[in-house]
Amino acid sequence: MTEENGAPGADGQEPSRRDFIYIAAGGAAAVGGGLVAWPFIDQMNPAADTLALGSIRVDVSVVAVGSEITVMWRGGPVFIRHRTEEEIAEAQSVELNALPDEEARNDNLPAGTPGTDANRVLRPEFLIVKGNCTHLGCVPLGLGANTGDYDGWYCPCHGSHYDTSARIRRGPAPENLPVPDYFFETETTVKIGLSPEEASNSGWAVS
Amino acid sequence: MSGPSTYNPSTGIEKWLDERLPIIRLGYDSFVDFPTPRNLNYWWTFGGILAVFLMIQIISGIVLAMHYVAHEDYAFESVQRITRDVPFGWLIQSMHANGASFFFVAVYLHMFRGLYYGSYKAPREILWILGVVIYLLMMATGFMGYVLPWGQMSYWGAMVITNLVGALPFIGEAIREWLWGGFSVGQATLNRFFSLHYLLPFVIAAVVGLHIWALHVPGNGNPVGLEARKGKDNKKDTLPFHPYYTVKDGFAIIVYLMVFAVFVFFLPTVLGHADNYIEADPLVTPAHIVPEWYYLPFYAILRAITFDIGPIDAKLGGVLAMFGAIGILFVLPWLDTSKVRSMRYRPLTRWFFIFFVVAALGLGWCGAKNPDDFVMGIEGFKFLYLGQFLTFYYFAYFIVVLPVLGIIEKPKERPASIEAAVLGTDKA
Repeated sequence: MTEENGAPGADGQEPSRRDFIYIAAGGAAAVGGGLVAWPFIDQMNPAADTLALGSIRVDVSVVAVGSEITVMWRGGPVFIRHRTEEEIAEAQSVELNALPDEEARNDNLPAGTPGTDANRVLRPEFLIVKGNCTHLGCVPLGLGANTGDYDGWYCPCHGSHYDTSARIRRGPAPENLPVPDYFFETETTVKIGLSPEEASNSGWAVS
Repeated sequence: MSGPSTYNPSTGIEKWLDERLPIIRLGYDSFVDFPTPRNLNYWWTFGGILAVFLMIQIISGIVLAMHYVAHEDYAFESVQRITRDVPFGWLIQSMHANGASFFFVAVYLHMFRGLYYGSYKAPREILWILGVVIYLLMMATGFMGYVLPWGQMSYWGAMVITNLVGALPFIGEAIREWLWGGFSVGQATLNRFFSLHYLLPFVIAAVVGLHIWALHVPGNGNPVGLEARKGKDNKKDTLPFHPYYTVKDGFAIIVYLMVFAVFVFFLPTVLGHADNYIEADPLVTPAHIVPEWYYLPFYAILRAITFDIGPIDAKLGGVLAMFGAIGILFVLPWLDTSKVRSMRYRPLTRWFFIFFVVAALGLGWCGAKNPDDFVMGIEGFKFLYLGQFLTFYYFAYFIVVLPVLGIIEKPKERPASIEAAVLGTDKA
């Protein structure tokens, strides 16, 4: 290389063509190595058929007021509780600053939405949340077993208490139980796996 | 593997082979004529025991893989079928399941031996670090193996441990889904765990090779912690590995296998958990999730962090403490400031070590209990508090006790040589 386009090397000598070849070859090997490694890393991510198991339809007319069911969605539990007037009122009366996690954690709404009860449900009478404790993934107990100190759910593994909006109130769980994408197809049918917006964009009837 | 070779090929075939692939020479120098300190006690036999158990696990595991089905609908049944219908399946499955426990018993005794006799100190730091790598690989292999029978504890153990990864900031959830291969522990998870569970023992075997190589460069440590002298005095301090230690190791292996046989034949399920005889159900969590016994101390450390530390929330703090408890072993050779290897000559540190063993066992006890239960029924004294105290001691032993005592402690007088310790009047 000539003096104009090459800086002196560390030993005071001009960088040679050979230095350039070393660096170029080393760089190409690093990039090539990364390109080869990526398919072997990415193959462990959820496969197309797994991702395609996107949505399920649930008839919620069978869920009486004051009861709940657990349905399986994407390999895990989803809680659907038909809340009583008292449970709704209890959830709505909570001040935001009383919540360890103040975010709504609702996939239908943008991240960072405040976690008021109104932001956790589409219709106040039906609360629909994913049923794995946000601590370590256990399935919390609910109606008929143990609703904890806040009348929602109680996780037996490490003692997390959730309220009637499935928000964490006490215990080691860091976040509220997340609300999955869902919409009401009819008055009594819920489709879990698509948000109302996605559903109407894809031509679903949204009730 | 080091020092001049004393192998003399005696037959024509041996000479011919030795000039092409000196493999007999390697075996002879490593396991026949290898100079070994003459004062090794039975705590030094666990290395050989561990090698035997690695082979037991690999051979029984290969056989089990011929009958096991890595599918969420069939895995549980296929293990039951192995124990009932496959010829001698009951024996081989029992050997493999109990073998894991006996493998861990041996590795813990081997590690405590190293801690007590200062086996991690110069010039054996790499040897020690390779041992910690093997231990980590064993933990990963054992964890994934426990998932394969696809019982309730298998499933929920996998759920809890993979959820720990979700505690990592920003990337945690993406990594968790990557590990699962789905939105929950399921078919993809089971299948990949089977693949890795089959792979890792061979990785362990390779690292064991390095471990033995790193052992044979400086040679064995020994109970008095002195190096065998070089040169003509070497013979006074050492004995050839064969027959002296092949026989001693062999005797220990037989005794250990006798205890193993008691479990394999008469108590095959006693180390398991009743809930793992219920097929995995993603909708129902067992009332009380516990890992295999050999993870209990670390499970207790995980649960001991119930408070936020600065910007680190309790969940992430627990995960960091748990991995830190093993990670700290990697830097142990540089934390212990004492030049004296053996605790025999460290009167004060010895007591801290003994309490360290008690603390490790106590953490195991805490890990098995509900953290909100009371210790021995003492009102208010929760297992959580005991676990927190013992976790504190666990870390303090490495971070405070070993660095400080190495400086302030006055060690006892040591014998002049291994020969003097064994044959002299020194009773040390």
